[in-house]
Amino acid sequence: MNEIVLQIDGKEVKAREGMTILEAAQSAGMSIPRLCYHEKLIPFGGCRLCIVEAGSGSSVKLIVSCVYTVEENLMVRTRSEKIDRIRKTLLELLLAHAPGSPELQVLAKEYGADKDRFEKEASFCIHCGLCVRYCAEVKKLNAVGFVDRGVRKEICFIPEIASRECSKCMECFPLCPTSYLQAAYVLTEALAFSGSSSGSPSKNR
Amino acid sequence: MAVLKSPEELEKLRQEILSGRDPDKSCISVCAGAGCLASGVSEVIAAFKSEIEKQTLKADVDIKGTGCPGFCERGPVVVIYPEEICYLQVTPNDVPEIVSQTLKEKKVIDRLLYVDATSGAKAIHEYDIPFYKNQERNVICNNIKIDSKSIDDYLAIGGYSALTKVLSRMSGEEVVEEIKRSGLRGRGGAGFPTGKKWEGSRNDPEKTKYVIVNADEGDPGAFMDRALLEGNPHSILEGLIIGGFAIGAGEGYVYVRQEYPLAVVNISLAIMQARKYGLLGKNIIGTGFDFDVQVHQGAGAFVCGESTALMTALEGRVGEPRPKYVRSNIKGLWDKPSVLNNVETWANVPLIINNGAVWFTQIGTEGSKGTKIFSLVGKITNTGLVEIPMGMTLKDIIYKIGGGIPGGKKFKAVQTGGPSGGCIPEEQLDLEVGFDELTRAGSMMGSGGMIVMDEDTCMVDVARYFINFLTDESCGKCLPCREGLRQMNKILTKITEGKGKEGDIGLLEALSEAATEASLCALGKSAPNPFLSTLRYFRDEYEAHIREKRCPALYCKELIRYYIDPEKCRACLICLKKCPVDAIDGGKKKIHIIDQDKCTNCGTCFEVCPAHFAAVKKISGVPLPAPVPEEERIIT
Amino acid sequence: MMYKKNTEKLTMDIERINQIIDKHQAEPGSLIQVLLEIQSENHWLPKEALKMVSEKLQVPLTRVQHIATFYKAFSLVPKGRHEIHICVGTACHVRGAKRVLEKVEDLTGIKSGETDQDLKFSLETVNCLGCCALGPVIEINGKTHGKISTTETADVLKSYM
Repeated sequence: MNEIVLQIDGKEVKAREGMTILEAAQSAGMSIPRLCYHEKLIPFGGCRLCIVEAGSGSSVKLIVSCVYTVEENLMVRTRSEKIDRIRKTLLELLLAHAPGSPELQVLAKEYGADKDRFEKEASFCIHCGLCVRYCAEVKKLNAVGFVDRGVRKEICFIPEIASRECSKCMECFPLCPTSYLQAAYVLTEALAFSGSSSGSPSKNR
Repeated sequence: MAVLKSPEELEKLRQEILSGRDPDKSCISVCAGAGCLASGVSEVIAAFKSEIEKQTLKADVDIKGTGCPGFCERGPVVVIYPEEICYLQVTPNDVPEIVSQTLKEKKVIDRLLYVDATSGAKAIHEYDIPFYKNQERNVICNNIKIDSKSIDDYLAIGGYSALTKVLSRMSGEEVVEEIKRSGLRGRGGAGFPTGKKWEGSRNDPEKTKYVIVNADEGDPGAFMDRALLEGNPHSILEGLIIGGFAIGAGEGYVYVRQEYPLAVVNISLAIMQARKYGLLGKNIIGTGFDFDVQVHQGAGAFVCGESTALMTALEGRVGEPRPKYVRSNIKGLWDKPSVLNNVETWANVPLIINNGAVWFTQIGTEGSKGTKIFSLVGKITNTGLVEIPMGMTLKDIIYKIGGGIPGGKKFKAVQTGGPSGGCIPEEQLDLEVGFDELTRAGSMMGSGGMIVMDEDTCMVDVARYFINFLTDESCGKCLPCREGLRQMNKILTKITEGKGKEGDIGLLEALSEAATEASLCALGKSAPNPFLSTLRYFRDEYEAHIREKRCPALYCKELIRYYIDPEKCRACLICLKKCPVDAIDGGKKKIHIIDQDKCTNCGTCFEVCPAHFAAVKKISGVPLPAPVPEEERIIT
Repeated sequence: MMYKKNTEKLTMDIERINQIIDKHQAEPGSLIQVLLEIQSENHWLPKEALKMVSEKLQVPLTRVQHIATFYKAFSLVPKGRHEIHICVGTACHVRGAKRVLEKVEDLTGIKSGETDQDLKFSLETVNCLGCCALGPVIEINGKTHGKISTTETADVLKSYM
């Protein structure tokens, strides 16, 4: 595979063809903030925190580094006034959902994000999709998925599959940045697994 | 009907069809588009059929339900050929008179003609009506001439001659060059150079390629594609087959939104008819080109109008857009090179092939060639579809063609580009319509929706409306769009409810930056446009809502109060009786007063107060006048 | 009708669903088209239908579920006998669609997205029906009424009551 040389924050970085900018940066020991990235999963491009500036002069554009593949001689900047300002706003939008998330709090401190800038939201899911994607791509069980769209989008366990598989797996649990996943699981278990108080009728009732 | 095995056989069939038709024979063309159908045209067509039968004129008069000619405000529209007499707002009761007077005695019925609102002049022929006269109807002109469900009608007007020209005398490369030379830019919204898009796909070494019709016309207020696809489906099909040949695709898709059931029916029928004639399928008219088309219906998601989301939906998935770092004409449907174009773009292709790229470049401006169909709707006298050469001014479109603002109201803004676009105020009306010109003014061409607004439209509410729309339609995958719009929607709604505060505009601007710069797709990236453009031109309205709790347009429900002017009230009892919550106190000859505690701001009283009294008023941002003393309430 | 409604439960014609799936050669790409046909005939998508489609098309149930909730054409609950659609597109909005919506909500007692207790009415807002020159527009059981005022809305609805 071809070697590609690009510049990240003024430093020369050697990468393999097909690598994403995020992977290349990580391999060079540079960190770019991200929430929805996982090395075992297809890049999602959902949280947009990993945006970087690429190009020079009049052709500078903002791109999502977890998805964009490296190009020869590409000049990348991981921090700038604009990037930082946008990351701050994005973090504040997330903090409206999950102000207690440790991961978010660390990032908030770095970017000066104010957890009270926006009105609080009821759900503390931040839609990173790690649980859904891990279950689909790595475990191939599809016990949890997304439902609906836009502001009504949520994660949802399939009770029949979850009741069978989750208790012996639970590999997605530590991935959740806000612990919403665990809460959703517990709720589904209580309400919808057969044998539960209000789930599908079971022989024991 | 045997499959046509050569271009010559097609021409022979065309001549046969034409020779079987008498151009001087009377033909009643009645618009059978969705708009006129909603206005009861089925009954009109049935009435014509039975009247013609009754008067034993069946051999002398044809009657056909045609495609939409665009003058939807005045539907049902009837055009009588060969004279091209145009009757508007025809009801079944008018039919016997039309048959006996116009068809038999060749007399024109005055009261069914178009009347100019200012001059009072009547127009007999379709081409005299100012609405049509000032248009350049290259693409949509054929709608009224054909039965949308007849392939023979399409052949009779020269249909599929561009296809035979391409398949028998041109190479794929030549077709791409011709489209490039024409300067055609996509009519769906972004205005990307069509030839360049095709070239990218053509040059890709991948063997499997696709061409796709984007008929997921989701911009509210836009219905051009509906009229074209319903009214002249073969014209789009012809363009698509030519495109498939040009790039080397063997399969095409038509993705139609399911909210257009008639369009789904008509294009599906057109495909079946084309297959029967050998214009689709294997070895198309004996030229060795294999190509077929499938229809896929949308399932109610505006985001599927975005090209990558549409392709994802064609793959049987949720319509989540993909990053466009590798363009979809290289990696599109099933990761193969895919040329996706809008309905109107495809409809222009046979015209360009038949008339030549040079002809096309002579219409329009330097940067925007050809014509564009707009749906001119909202607060405008002549609502409907208008096709104009690029470069016409907004002023001419709104006043010369549109007939200005009805009800003596003042023009305020025209919104173009759907939820991705912006509002253009009066001072910019001399703008010459074109892709780049509209973008510079803070809006965009979009698919062609042109919504006219008057003094009664609240611009803050317009921004709220579009943001609310997009919150509902966002796919929800990326953060800046999903959460950014969520918060923008909340803030804008609060402002329209009188709960806005200092700092709200700054917050909205920060959210706008995040969405514009960091969203995954064009929906999110352009979502802040309605807010940004209304802020640019109507900042005073935002400030009035936030600082004074006042809605200058007297629209926002929570910021207005209904008040009956005691000087004007004639105590007619109409509003009193119609009030759904009995909030009006009064009696015969006793001036009516609205009990503000009971009033729900439904606006019924305002709607029903007779125009010559106009006693009900809307008040905003100022205290209500003191109530009239009891003794002064009696009218003597 | 694909489902037989009796007082106890709803049953479904499994054979018919199989026919629809087979018509599309059980191709995963036809998932949305298959669901659209089932929705069109049955007026809603029971969970059993989703499971059948998932099995026969070899597509995870999470994806079928996501599609059935992402797209507004689908309903996971039974719809009323009379389906009312109110266009809230921009042209209709500018011409007062909001008041028409409020009137309908008032008269039927349900909000957009809901069905009443007797399964008589279902109300949905639609983001443009394409009859923009005739705004405000409402559609009841596929029949379109254009240029409708709030008073006319009341009259039209009463005829269905």
